[in-house]
Amino acid sequence: MALTATIPARVLVTKIGLDGHDRGSRIVAAYLRDAGMEVIYTEPWQKIESVVALALQEDVDVIGISSLATDHLLVPKLMKALDGAGLGHIRVIVGGIVPDDEEAVLLKSGVSRVFHPGADRADIVDVVARLARDAGANRPDG
Amino acid sequence: MDRTVSDTPRLAARLIEGEPAALARAISLVESDTPAAIDILRAIRPHLGHAVVVGFTGPPGVGKSTLVNTYIAELRKRGKSVGVVAVDPSSPITGGAVLGDRIRMAEHTLDQGVFIRSLASRGALGGLSASAAQVADLMDAAGRDVVILETVGTGQSEVEMAMIADVRVVISAPGMGDDVQAIKAGILEIADILVVNKADQPLALQTCQQLKAMLGLRDLTRRSVPVLCTDAINRTGVGDLADAVEAVAGRVKQRENRSAVAGRTRHLLAQAVAKAAETHVMQSRTQTIAAIVQGIQEARLSLSEGARQVLNNLGGEGHDG
Ligand code: B12
Ligand SMILES: Nc1nc2c(ncn2[C@@H]2O[C@H](COP(=O)(O)OP(=O)(O)O)[C@@H](O)[C@H]2O)c(=O)[nH]1
Ligand SMILES: [Mg+2]
Repeated sequence: MALTATIPARVLVTKIGLDGHDRGSRIVAAYLRDAGMEVIYTEPWQKIESVVALALQEDVDVIGISSLATDHLLVPKLMKALDGAGLGHIRVIVGGIVPDDEEAVLLKSGVSRVFHPGADRADIVDVVARLARDAGANRPDG
Repeated sequence: MDRTVSDTPRLAARLIEGEPAALARAISLVESDTPAAIDILRAIRPHLGHAVVVGFTGPPGVGKSTLVNTYIAELRKRGKSVGVVAVDPSSPITGGAVLGDRIRMAEHTLDQGVFIRSLASRGALGGLSASAAQVADLMDAAGRDVVILETVGTGQSEVEMAMIADVRVVISAPGMGDDVQAIKAGILEIADILVVNKADQPLALQTCQQLKAMLGLRDLTRRSVPVLCTDAINRTGVGDLADAVEAVAGRVKQRENRSAVAGRTRHLLAQAVAKAAETHVMQSRTQTIAAIVQGIQEARLSLSEGARQVLNNLGGEGHDG
């Protein structure tokens, strides 16, 4: 259709728990914005329930959690909460300081991908764009 | 991304029941102008007219989002359910946006009585998302008592907001250089309420007085526009703001139904035409458009004549790009 532009992916970039390192999440938010995506950015210290409410109201395709302490260990709880709220189509990624054994736990809980310090901008953008398409294809309401 | 909808009537029904997930989804469909959007907009028509739509506009940084946050708290105290549409500009280059208004409204995230949605302007010329009016309607149909529309004041967007909102609140703040001068141009005409926020700042009183003086110079036959001082952080003056909004809303509701407001639909259509034409001109690879562009470059065609030819081309050959 010539008269309709493509629909930008919508991504929530946030942090849960007590970890206040926000440089990574700010940078990633800017990467995604500059790749043409619509980013809902929050301050750190979100509760799991808040992330669910934000994702629901903003109808995002992807949630990116930045974690430089140990708060990513809460992410499996987030995955359950999203499912419980009927938001199982949303793809979740984590970035920051995540040891290998914990990465395995996250992936097992349904996280799509874990990024580490030095993660490449193009890689992040590609993965988020692909996951946004996946989420769109799996929506319960179409 | 082409998202097809399996069950639009069901989605509309859930929205009318007030289900947040259905409202969220319907907003995306309408915002993206998908084929399902028109079905949803038709389904909600009988359910419109309950909400009061309040527009908050003003230059960046005057405290619109912070004031919206405080105003939400006041509305909740008064037992009202609230919907917020917060519009931020998309990058004209990449189309991307960081939508940060709701950071200031975080205290309401877990309140079921508050539904906040961030919209990117998606290239709308005046800064207000073209679909903001329709999104406000969706929130109305979902049963929200008050729908707040936050937009950055960029000149044109105030005029657009005037078309959409029942009550127009124009916000300024002290110490913003010639802010008061800037406010003169056009905005006084559309404001129902003027707010000087950051009342805690040294020059607040002075700004308030300047505004009042400026209003005093106007034609006496025109309705009076209250000038209020607020401190959005310490939450003073917000009760007065809520009272003033109620007073204006009372007047407006008696007068007419919002979606029937003269010129509103025509204005939205004009906006949609402009957007369609822009997309056509920017994306078309046809000879016709290239020839018009060249004609203008070589000063054989005026811009307005070129535009006329583009519109004829849109109607005739249709879209090809
Ligand atoms: C800068 C820094 C700080 C700054 C933070 C400033 C800020 N506002 O962010 C300050 C000085 C405040 C600070 C404080 C502390 N810090 Co510190 N800090 C660092 C440091 C040196 C760099 C982090 C950084 O900003 N990197 C730059 C950004 C851009 O990189 P990044 O976050 O890794 O992001 C990249 C990727 O990871 C990925 N990514 C990250 N998030 C996301 C999200 C998504 C969605 C995606 C797709 C990708 C992605 O993409 C990014 C780009 O490549 C690290 C050491 C390190 N090498 O990481 C320690 C470090 C994180 N800090 C640490 C500690 C312990 C602390 C303190 C507890 C120290 C103390 N005792 O007070 C406090 C706690 C602060 C708090 N409230 O949480 C430890 C954490 C240990 C752990 N994980 O168990 C580290 C690892 C240092 C160490 N080796 O001990 N810190
Ligand atoms: N001193 C003072 N600062 C305020 C007030 N309201 C907002 N601010 C601050 O002004 C800045 C911009 O606020 P924001 O609500 O984001 O403005 P917006 O761009 O108009 O939405 C933030 O740092 C706020 O904390 C106020 O009443 N007094
Ligand atoms: Mg704002």
